[in-house]
Amino acid sequence: MSWILVTPLLVPFATAIAAFLLRHRPAGAWISVAGSAAALAASIVLLTAVLQQGVVAGQMGGWPAPFGITLVADRLSAVMVVITAITGLAVALYATAEVTERMRYLGFHALFQVLLAGVTGAFLTGDIFNLYVWFEVMLISSFGLLILGGRPAQIDGGIKYVTINLISTIFFLSATGLLYGMTGSLNMADLSQLIPRVENQGLITVVAMMFMVAFGIKAAVFPLFFWLPASYHTPAFSVSAVFAGLLTKVGVYALIRVFTLIFDHDTGYTHTVLLWVACLTMVTGVLGAAAQMDFRKILSFHIISQIGYMILGLALLTPLALAGAVFYLVHHIIVKANLFLVAGVAERLTGSTALGRIGGLYTHAPLLALLFLIPAFSLAGFPPLSGFWAKYVLVKASLDIEHWIAAAVALAVGLLTIFSMTKIWGEAFWPPHPDGVEPKLSRLTRAERWRLLTPIAALATMTVIIGLFPQPFITFAEGAAAQLLDKTAYVDAVLGAQE
Amino acid sequence: MKSLILRVATRYLAALLLIFSLYLLLRGHNEPGGGFIGGLVGATAFVLHAIACGTAEARAALRVQPQTIAVTGLAVALVAGLVPAFSGDAFLTGEWLFLFAEDGGKGIPLSTPLMFDTGVYLVVLGAILTLVLAMEEEI
Amino acid sequence: METLLSLTIGLLIAAAVYLMLARNVLRFLFGMLLLSNAVNLLIFTAGRLTFGVPSFVPEGAKLPPEDAANALPQALVLTAIVIGFGLFAFALVLVFRAYTSLGTLESAKMRVAEPEEEKA
Repeated sequence: MSWILVTPLLVPFATAIAAFLLRHRPAGAWISVAGSAAALAASIVLLTAVLQQGVVAGQMGGWPAPFGITLVADRLSAVMVVITAITGLAVALYATAEVTERMRYLGFHALFQVLLAGVTGAFLTGDIFNLYVWFEVMLISSFGLLILGGRPAQIDGGIKYVTINLISTIFFLSATGLLYGMTGSLNMADLSQLIPRVENQGLITVVAMMFMVAFGIKAAVFPLFFWLPASYHTPAFSVSAVFAGLLTKVGVYALIRVFTLIFDHDTGYTHTVLLWVACLTMVTGVLGAAAQMDFRKILSFHIISQIGYMILGLALLTPLALAGAVFYLVHHIIVKANLFLVAGVAERLTGSTALGRIGGLYTHAPLLALLFLIPAFSLAGFPPLSGFWAKYVLVKASLDIEHWIAAAVALAVGLLTIFSMTKIWGEAFWPPHPDGVEPKLSRLTRAERWRLLTPIAALATMTVIIGLFPQPFITFAEGAAAQLLDKTAYVDAVLGAQE
Repeated sequence: MKSLILRVATRYLAALLLIFSLYLLLRGHNEPGGGFIGGLVGATAFVLHAIACGTAEARAALRVQPQTIAVTGLAVALVAGLVPAFSGDAFLTGEWLFLFAEDGGKGIPLSTPLMFDTGVYLVVLGAILTLVLAMEEEI
Repeated sequence: METLLSLTIGLLIAAAVYLMLARNVLRFLFGMLLLSNAVNLLIFTAGRLTFGVPSFVPEGAKLPPEDAANALPQALVLTAIVIGFGLFAFALVLVFRAYTSLGTLESAKMRVAEPEEEKA
C-alpha cells in the first residue's frame, strides 16, 4: 500500500539525479520532461486509489504510527499531488525552450525536480515535523532557482525572499516544538486526538496562531505578503510560473490541513482571525495590482488577492465553503501558472514586461492574445470559465451563512481583478508597439513555438473544460471537504495503518 | 596561504581526518557518529587542503566535481530506500545481510541503514565542498 | 533547570531580535543564527529534561534503560541544526553575492527589484 504513496515522491528525486548527471547535454532538459510525465502517471494512480478506497495511508520504514513517519493521501492531498505533476509537466516542457545552456549546466532542471518533490512531499506527509522537512526541501531548491542566473535584480529579490522565509521557518519550528512538548506526538492524526485532552487550551490557541503566522508567510496573506511582489517578478518565467502556481499554495494547503484536522478546538477565535485576514488579503492584493505597471508585478499581486479567496473558504468552515476552497486551489494553480507562461512569451516577442514599453500583441499574435484571455477572464471570474464557478461557490457559501461582508468583498475584488486584466490587455495587447516592433509569433523558431505554446494551450484547455463541465469537479471538491470536516476516516486510516 | 608548516602538516592531517571520517561513518549505527558528522569531518580534510595548497589542488585531489559527489550520495540513499521493495516491505525499511555469519555470531553485518548513511556522508561531503570551494574562489 | 534554560532562550531571542532589527543584512543573518539556536534549545526544553542516561540500548538488551532521556527531541534538534546549517550557509553566500553585485549591505538601499517611483 505504501508504495503508491511513495512513487510520486521518488520519481522527481530520481529525475533530479538523472537531470543533474546529464546537465552537460540538451537531453538533461528532456529527462526532466519525461520524469514529470512519469510523476503525473504515478499521481493519477494515487488519485484513483484514493477515489476507490477512501483515505490511503502508509508507514515509512515499517515503523507503526504514531511513531514512524506517515504518508497519507485523502482527496485534497491526492488532487494537489496531481495538479503539482500537471504544472510540473507543463513548466518542464516550457523550460526546454526558455532555460539557457548555462542555467541548465548550473542545475536548473535538477533544482526544479527537487522543488516538485518538496511540494509533493508537503502534500502527502501526515507528520508535522516531516512537513517542516519538506518545506525546507522546497525552500532550498526555490532559493537556488530564484537566483539562478545571478542578475542583480534576482539577488535583490532573493535576499528578501530568503530572509522572510527563514523567519517563517523559525516560527514553524518553535510551534512544532511547543506542540510536541504539550502533547508528546508529532503525527497529525494522533495530534487531532490528543489536543482536546490538553488541559491548557489557551496555550493550544497560542501555538495555533504561531502556525498561522508560519504558514501565513508562506501563503503570502495580509500582512505577511511583502516578500512575494518583491521577488516573484525577478527569475526566469518558468520559475515564476511554478512559484506562482505551487509555492504559495503549499502554504494554503498547510493552513487548511492544520486548521481543519488539528486546531478546530476554538474556531470562534482562530477562524474569525482567518476570516478578516482573508478579506484584507483579497483587498490589498487587488489594490496593489491596480497600482502596478508591469506584466509580472500585476500577476504577482493577483496571487495575493486570490489567496484571500482560498483562506475565505477555510475561514467560513462550512462544507460548501471548504469545497469552494479546494476547487479554487485547483483552478488557481492552473490559471496562475499559465498567466506567467503567457507573460514569458509576451516578453520574448516584445522585449519587455513593462506595460508602457510593449504593445501590438493582438494585431500580430492573435493566438497568444486568445491564450491570454482564457486564463485572464477565468482569474477575474467570467462565466463559463473555471474561475466563475470557484468564485460562485465561495460567494454562495458566504451568503448561505449570511456573511454579507465576505460576499461583498469577494464580488468587489472580482470586479477590480477585471480592471487590472483589462489594463494588461489595453497596454500590452491592444495598442501598437511604441517602438514599432511587430511581435509576431513567427519571430520564434518552430521548435520554440511548439515548446512554449503547447503547455499554455494545454492549461488553457483545462481551464475551459473545468468551466464547461464543472459538476464532476464540484462533486469531487465536496467529497474532499467532507473528508476534511469529518476527521474519522483520516484518523482511522493513519492510526489503523499498521503495515 | 603560503606556509610550509601548514602544507606539510596538511599532508598528514588530511589523511588522518579522512580515515577518522570513515571510522565515524561506520560506527554510527549503534554509537555516536554517522554519515552527517563523518561527511563534515571528511569535508574538513579537503577544506584544509584547499587552504594550504589552493582550491585548484583541492579540486584535483577530489578528481570529481563536488556537486557530482553530492548527487551520487542522493542516488545511493534513494537506492537504499528502494531495496526493501524486493522483499515487499515499506519504503526505507532496514534490510540486513549477515555475510559469513556462523551460528550465534553476526559475521559482517551489511544493511540498508549503512548504505543510506553512506549516501548522507557523500551528500554532506559534496554539498559542503561545493559551497566552501566556491566561496574560497570568489573571495 | 527549566527556569534557567527558559531564561537563556529568552535572552537569546532578545539578542536575536535586536540584531535582526538592524538594516545591515549581515547583522540580520547573525540574528537569525542566534534565533535558530534559541529555537533548538526551546524544542529541547519542551521535550522534557531528564538527568539521565543517553538513550542507547545496551549490548544484549532489547530496551533502553528506564531513566534514559527521550530521544525524539534530540532527533528533532539534530534535524533542525542540520537544516539550519544548510540554510545559513546558503544565506551567507547570498549576502556575499549581494554585496559584490549590489555594492551594499543596507537593506533599505537594495532597490534594484523594486525601483523607487520616478517623481513626475
